[in-house]
Parts: sequence; C-alpha cells; structure tokens
Amino acid sequence: MTDAALTDTGEPTERPEGWQGIRADWGSDQRAFKNVPWGKAMMWIFLVSDTFIFSCFLISYMTVRTSTTVQWPIPSEVFALTIAGNSIPLILIAIMTFILISSSGTMAMAVNFGYRRDRLKTTVLILATAAFGASFVGMQAFEWTKLIHEGVRPWGNPFGAAQFGSSFFMITGFHGFHVSIGVIFLVLVARKVWRGDFDRNTRGFFTSRKGSYEVVEIMGLYWHFVDLVWVFIFAFFYLW
Amino acid sequence: MAHAEGQQHPISTYLWIWGLLFVLSTASYLVDFFHVQSYLRWSLIITFMLLKAGLIVAVFMHMMWERMALLYAIIVPPLLLLVFIAIGVLEGDNTFISRVIFFGAGG
Repeated sequence: MTDAALTDTGEPTERPEGWQGIRADWGSDQRAFKNVPWGKAMMWIFLVSDTFIFSCFLISYMTVRTSTTVQWPIPSEVFALTIAGNSIPLILIAIMTFILISSSGTMAMAVNFGYRRDRLKTTVLILATAAFGASFVGMQAFEWTKLIHEGVRPWGNPFGAAQFGSSFFMITGFHGFHVSIGVIFLVLVARKVWRGDFDRNTRGFFTSRKGSYEVVEIMGLYWHFVDLVWVFIFAFFYLW
Repeated sequence: MAHAEGQQHPISTYLWIWGLLFVLSTASYLVDFFHVQSYLRWSLIITFMLLKAGLIVAVFMHMMWERMALLYAIIVPPLLLLVFIAIGVLEGDNTFISRVIFFGAGG
C-alpha cells in the first residue's frame, strides 16, 4: 500500500478563501476537501448521516407527542430524584449533561496536546474523557433501572401517554450505545498514543495504515458529536 | 517540533468554551427549575440549545477554522431536516385532530 494516500495536512493552500473557495474546491478537476485528511472528511460525512438518524428519532418523538390525546408525562417530575428528603427535578439529567460537556472539554484539549506531541497529557486527557463517558453510561443505566422499576415500558407507563416509554428507550438507548462505543474507541486510541504508535508510524492492526495524531482529532469529532446529540436530547426530551 | 500541523489553538480557547457551555447548561436547567412556561420557556430552551450546539461545532470540532468547502458540505444537508420537521408537525396535528373527532378527547 502506498503512503501517498491523501493523508497529508501540510499541503499549502494557496487557493481562494470563502465563497470563491467553495467554487474552486468543488470544481470538476479538484479534490473537494483541501487540507483535510481523508479520515477526517469521512468522519464528518459519517456524522452527517448519524445526524439524520438521530433527527429521525427526535422527529418521530415530536410526531407521537403532538398526535397523542393523552397527557404527556412531565419529564421534570418523572426524572426527579429525592436527595436528603428533597425532590430535586431533573437533577440526574443535569449532572449527566455537565459530565458530558466536561468530557468534551478534556477531549478538545487531548486533541491539542496530541498535535503538540505531548504523549503523557494526551493519554491522560483521553482516559479522563473515557472515564467521564463511562460514568455517563453508568448514570444512564441507573436511570433506566429506576424507570423500569416504576413501571415504564416501551408500550406503556403509569404517568401518561404510552409513547413516552418507546421514545425514551429508543432515543436515550441509541445515544447511550454511541457513548459506549465511543468509550471503547477512546481507550484504544489512548493505548496507541501511549505506546507512541503515532510517533513511530506504526501500522494499524486493522487498516495497516500509518496512524498520526489526526486520529486523535477524528476520534474527538465523534466524541463531540455524541455531546452535540445530547444537547438536543436534553432540550427536546427532558426540558420540553 | 519541526512545524505546526493540524489544528493548533491555545488551550485557553477550549477552557473558555467549556466554561460557556457550563453557563448555558445551567441556564437551561434553571428554565426548568423555576418553571418558566409557554413561549418564553420554548424560546429560551431553543436559544440555549442552539448556542451550545454552535459552540461545540464551531470550536470543539474546529469547524470555524475549516475551509468553506467542507463547512458547507456538512452544514447545508441537515437543513433539509426543516422540511422533515414541517411534515412531522402537519402529520402529528392531523392525527391529533382525527383522534379527537373519532375517539373523543379522552383518547
């Protein structure tokens, strides 16, 4: 396999910027994504497709919620937790939100330290991101357990409209699945960074390609996307 | 380090955005906590949501530093979702009205 497979980012871009740049880059004789490694462009395109998947879930949720004649359960009360005798609305969801945002923060810094070739800080920050992600999934498991004990099922629940359960399990389940996959890949990337694979140009066991610190940024794109989806779920499912 | 590669920005940029996201999340939580209702609630929730989403995509995902060719290829297609949302609203309202007419408001 040749190594010239369009992975260089150092390519000089003496090309028009802005609107002129769109016309120039998308011209028929051009490679559309200049100065972006193929892996990053592909990750972005995957994320666009994933955007449509999550949008399908949220739009279906909107449709069933507007079409039901039964009272929709009040999320603020359903997701309240009793702490020290006080019922605090949505507290677990708020904590989960802060955790996911924090994991995005550590991930963004990991990408930065990766490009500076600071292996220790990059590894620690990626592992911190994974730890935040794992605790997020743990809290989600707790939340699911609590709701299932209270009798929430995909086909009905004691609080109101039956569609609440199916929307809840489908949307948060699919998001939690994304977070879980993300945690696994974060650990794998952290291992590669720690071993110095990206400094020694070790070939990956699956793709046989030479990795670089762009891999950390591509991993970061996925992780930020998971956080991004949660922003929308938090707004539309929990706060609406 | 021989030369700068990839996306290089000061760490303080990320810390600032991190802080802003915390503030915006707290604000949207407080909307619920203080039981703000109706149009004020929905507009606040959507405003905070879009600000958070914008900050994540623009800074954490480095979109504001990418070339326009990539930015538009990624940002424009999801705008089609607005059509999808409009169809969903029409469909949902129609089903609701049919249910009220044929099954009564108790559903």
